[in-house]
Amino acid sequence: MRYSSQAVAKPYFIFALILLAGEILFGLLMGIQYIYGDFLFPLIPFNVLRMVHTNLLIVLLLFGFMGATYYLIPEETESELWSPKLAIITFWIFAAAGVATILGYLFVPYAKLTEITFNNILPTMGREFLEQPLPTKLGIVLVVVLYIFNVLMTVIKGRKTVITTVLLTGLLGLAVFFLFAFYLPTNLVVDKFFWWFTVHLWVEATWMLILGAILAFVLIKVTGVDREHIDKWLYLIVALTLLSGILGTGHHFYYMGAPEYWLWIGSIFSAAEPLPLFFMILFAFTMARERKIQHDNKIALTWAKGTAVMAFLGAGVWGFMHTLAPVNMFTHGTQLTAAHGHLSFYGAYIMIVFTMVSYAMPILRGRPHGNGPKSQALELKSFWMMNIGMVGLTLALTLAGIVQIFDQRVGTELIGFMESQESISGIYTIRALFGFLVFAGLFTYFASFFVKEKAQ
Amino acid sequence: MTERITKSMAKNIYYGGGLFALLIFIGLSFDSVRQIPERSIETKMTESVVAGKHLWEKNNCVGCHTIIGEGAYFAPEMMNVFQRRGGGDESAFKAYMRGWMAAQPLDIPHRRKMPQFNLSDGEVDSLSDFLIWTSKVNANNWPPTIEG
Repeated sequence: MRYSSQAVAKPYFIFALILLAGEILFGLLMGIQYIYGDFLFPLIPFNVLRMVHTNLLIVLLLFGFMGATYYLIPEETESELWSPKLAIITFWIFAAAGVATILGYLFVPYAKLTEITFNNILPTMGREFLEQPLPTKLGIVLVVVLYIFNVLMTVIKGRKTVITTVLLTGLLGLAVFFLFAFYLPTNLVVDKFFWWFTVHLWVEATWMLILGAILAFVLIKVTGVDREHIDKWLYLIVALTLLSGILGTGHHFYYMGAPEYWLWIGSIFSAAEPLPLFFMILFAFTMARERKIQHDNKIALTWAKGTAVMAFLGAGVWGFMHTLAPVNMFTHGTQLTAAHGHLSFYGAYIMIVFTMVSYAMPILRGRPHGNGPKSQALELKSFWMMNIGMVGLTLALTLAGIVQIFDQRVGTELIGFMESQESISGIYTIRALFGFLVFAGLFTYFASFFVKEKAQ
Repeated sequence: MTERITKSMAKNIYYGGGLFALLIFIGLSFDSVRQIPERSIETKMTESVVAGKHLWEKNNCVGCHTIIGEGAYFAPEMMNVFQRRGGGDESAFKAYMRGWMAAQPLDIPHRRKMPQFNLSDGEVDSLSDFLIWTSKVNANNWPPTIEG
């Protein structure tokens, strides 16, 4: 660890991983409820499980991004973090707000929760992914603003690199587009329209910049490739991301009340969205091939390459499957969306957090060359368990979506939603089994941190 | 091919291209917001419809259902439930909704359960009004069939 202030990243990483375990646990409970509809009812109804599952994901990714930023910013700017103390304070504020919100979801009926958290003064709740009570949303704004301020002040006084620039534009976008979470119009269609400003422009535009910056940082560190070379790739990837991703928002505006021209604009631009993701694969593998050093932390490079491949599969390929308007007419609102959602969030964002943790955590724990070979071998096992698990459950959900489409939407002999879901029950069982594999993979990953190596 | 692109070119595409895409997106968004009131028949958005939307949010209905294709996929699509369960008849649909909401949760083993929300008759009517209004939104001919 070159700068002592990088140490603030550690609690962020640890907490992100704990939340990930919670996220997967609640995902598994939902997976079981998909098979046995009355499982845990009325103790925890499905909508509560789902809120906990998706909100934990969002919060853990923010923790992961923040940890990654606090780790890489001092090295990039070649100066200590502007205020490590502020970073620790915001960690505790965010952790407390996050835990309180999850407990609120679990122990207070949602309608009651809206009443006691001032939702009648400024309504923002009750929308997918943006279910957080007003105080939590304000807490997120506070934490994110202080975080960006801290990063910005560090960049101003230190060296400016392409990575810091791209990262800062991504963070700025993250903050700006979250503000739409506070806008809840009475017209459902206008509501949906601006809801996507937060949801799509986070995951398919600004977060991609953050991902690109983190990936570039790790690649520089573990391959020793010349920064000039990596900078060009990074700019190219994020440029293509914005060019395709911003107008690609249109693929959400096909069938929700927005005008017809989005059918064309959304189809054309979102069809190009896999392109930057494909470039990311070329980027990672080219840098790995042209590496100037043999870093002992081999598993970090494996995660970096894995991120590029899985992001391309999940966001690129599974996104493209249903992104064209005539196809989306039949897939809109089916399990196919869930399939894409799972593999893209995992492949792009969870994996970039793993990449950064696998690179930085050993250094933060006093092992500059990475964990020992036994530990890395176990981590590689966890890498495959989680990847196979995620691809498996994604394939199951894809199949479920296809059956659902043929049951409810194609031909003349149609059956209803509930009947169709019953016919898919076997596929949901397979999905749940792959979910257990992912969970086991995560615990294998945790175990790899505690492997005792023989003294060398 | 990347040899022919220099770092400064890539940088310019990033800023120039990003800004260009954003400006077009903002322009089209203004136009969409201008068109949506007509496409969603905002004139028929009564107080009861707005109250129904508020109840929809307050009880996190989207945590299980989808509405105009967005939501949780665990329970049926609600955009065309008015046609599916009410046959397009407003009073029949409202009567159906009152009965349905009162009967929850259904006592069928292993069936997915809808919680009992303890809504008043007036609140259930508002919810029905909201769903009736939603069914008339011009969503470019979506959903493709009555089964949602």
